[in-house]
Amino acid sequence: MIEIQDLYKYYGERRAVGPLSATIEAGEIVGLLGLNGAGKTTTLRVLACDLLPTSGTVKVGGLDVVENPHEVRGKVGYLPDRPPVYEDMTVEEYLGYAARLKRVQASDVAKRVSDAIELSELGEVRGLLVGTLSHGFRQRLGIAQAIVHRPAFVVLDEPISGLDPLQIVEMRSLVRGLRGEHTVVVSSHILHEISETCDRILVIQDGEIRWSGTESDLAGQIGQGMRVRLTVRMAGASPEAAAERAKKAIQAVPGVRTLEPHAAAESGDGIASLEVTSDSDLRDAICRALVQADLGVLEIARLRDLETTFRALLGDAEGAARRRKSKAEASNKGAVGEGEAAQAETKAPEKPAEKEEGT
Amino acid sequence: MTAVLLIARRELFAYLRSPLGAAIIAAALLIDGLWFHLSGLTRPLLSAEVLSEFFNGASATTMGAGIVLSMRLVAEERQTGTFTLLNTAPVRDAEIVAGKFLSAFAMIALLTALTIYMPLLILVNGKVSWGQVGVGYLGLLLLGSAAISIGLFASSLARSQVVAAIVGAAILVVFLLLWLVARAVEAPLNGVLSGLALHHENFRPFMQGVLEFRRVVYYVAISYFFLLAATKTLEARRWR
Repeated sequence: MIEIQDLYKYYGERRAVGPLSATIEAGEIVGLLGLNGAGKTTTLRVLACDLLPTSGTVKVGGLDVVENPHEVRGKVGYLPDRPPVYEDMTVEEYLGYAARLKRVQASDVAKRVSDAIELSELGEVRGLLVGTLSHGFRQRLGIAQAIVHRPAFVVLDEPISGLDPLQIVEMRSLVRGLRGEHTVVVSSHILHEISETCDRILVIQDGEIRWSGTESDLAGQIGQGMRVRLTVRMAGASPEAAAERAKKAIQAVPGVRTLEPHAAAESGDGIASLEVTSDSDLRDAICRALVQADLGVLEIARLRDLETTFRALLGDAEGAARRRKSKAEASNKGAVGEGEAAQAETKAPEKPAEKEEGT
Repeated sequence: MTAVLLIARRELFAYLRSPLGAAIIAAALLIDGLWFHLSGLTRPLLSAEVLSEFFNGASATTMGAGIVLSMRLVAEERQTGTFTLLNTAPVRDAEIVAGKFLSAFAMIALLTALTIYMPLLILVNGKVSWGQVGVGYLGLLLLGSAAISIGLFASSLARSQVVAAIVGAAILVVFLLLWLVARAVEAPLNGVLSGLALHHENFRPFMQGVLEFRRVVYYVAISYFFLLAATKTLEARRWR
C-alpha cells in the first residue's frame, strides 16, 4: 500500500507538487494522468526515493521514504521517463547487474534475470548489446530492470513514450501482466492509455490530485455521463417502428439522460440505431429492457470521447496557462516550506466541490 | 561492500570496453616516456636523480589522468540517465562514490604499473634502491587517489563531463599552486598553505625515496575529504 499525505516538493522557490494526498491499495494498477508539467514525474520520483519530499509524508509498504529510503528502494522498481540502460552491456549483463544492485542473492540472479526476460519478452535480444536495441526494446528492458528483484511496487513513468502502435499494444499487455504480483503506478498524459491499462485513474493538475476513479466515474463526475450506441431489430417492422419501440423501452430505464436516433449501423428491415446518454453504466439494464420489449439487440457499444473527457477534466489550454501563471506567482510569494501559506495560495478556486477526497 | 565492488567492476568494465581507458593510458605512457627521455637521458645525472625526475614527470601525467578518468564517473551517468538506476537501488551514496573511486583508482594503478619499465631501465644501467622505486610509486598512487577524488567531486557537481573536467582541473591547480601563494604570505599562514599544496612540499619526499608518514596522511586526508564531499553532494541532490 502506498500512502501519500500532504506531499510538497519544491525546486528552489518553485512548487512542483503539493499539496498531494493519495492512497494506492496493494495489487492495484493506478494511472497518474496529467498534462506535461503537472507534477507526475516528480511524484513518481519521490515514490521511488530518487527525490525526497520537501514536506509531507510518503509511505511505501508502511515505510517512510525519508526515514527508511534504503529499505523503500528495495521494495520499489522504477522505470524513469528515459530507461536507465547501459549501452555497452548486453541485455543479460545489464539485468544481472541491476539484480545484484537491488540485493538479489548471487545464486538467484540467473533465474530472476530469465524470469524478467521472459515476462518482458526480451528473449530474442538477450545476448545483444543494449546500444543496438530499438526504442521499444529499451523500454521493455527498462521495465525488466524495474521488476528483476520482484519488488512489491512498480513505478513506471510514461512507459509508452515514443513507441509505435504495435509496441504500445505490447507494452499495455506487459503492464497488465504485472497485475497481481505487483502494485503498479503508471504515469501518462494520454487518457486512452491510462484507461486501457489501469484499474483506477488519479488526475493530477498543478501538483495536486484533482480527481480519482475509473474512466466512467470521471466522465460522470464532470457531467459528461456515458454514451452508448445500440442497434436493434424488430422482425417484420419498419426501422421507424423499431426505433419507436426501443425509445419507449429505454426511456423507462432509470438514469437515462438523453436518447437520440442515429443512422442505422446496418441495412435491413426493422433495424434501427440509437444513441443513449446516461449518468452511469446502464448497458445491462438497457439490454434487459430491449429484450423484454421483444427487440433483438444486434449491437451495443460504448462511445468513448476521451479527448473531450480529458479536456473537461483539465480545462482548456488557456485555463491551464492561467493556472500555471498564478501558481508561479504564488510560488514567488511564498518561501520553501511555508506549507499552509502555499496551500492557501495555490488551491484552485474553480472546482472546489470536485476536489478529490480520501484518495 | 558487495555493492561497492559491483559498481567498481561495472565502471572498470566501461573503461576497458570503450576506447577511453586505453586512450588515456596510451597518452599518459607516451608523455611519461618522452619526459623520461628528455629529462633523464639527455643530460648527465645520477641514477637517483634520473629516477626522481621520472617520478616528477609521472606525477603530472597521473594527476591529469586522474582528472580525465574521473570526469565521467557521475556526470556521464547523469547525462545518459543511467544514474537513476543507482539512485533508486538500495545502495548508499557512499557506496556509489566508493565503487566509482575504486574503478578509477584501478585504472591509475594499471597506468602506474605500466611505467615500471622506466625505473627498471635505470636499475639495469645504474644504481638506485628498490626503496626509492617503491616509495616513488606509493607517492604516485596517493597523488592519483587525491586527483581522482577531486575529479569525482567535480563530476558529482556537474551535469556535463567537460564542465566536470574543468572544475576538477581548476580545484587541482588551486591546490598545486598553494605553495606559490605560501611564498607571498607570512608565517604561520605560509606553513599551512605550503603544507596543503598537492605536489610541491608533499610529493618531493616520495620522489627522493623518503617515506614520511605525515605525507601519506595528507594524501589520504585529501582523498577522504573530496570523496566525502562527493557523497554529500549526491545526498543533497535528493533534497534539491
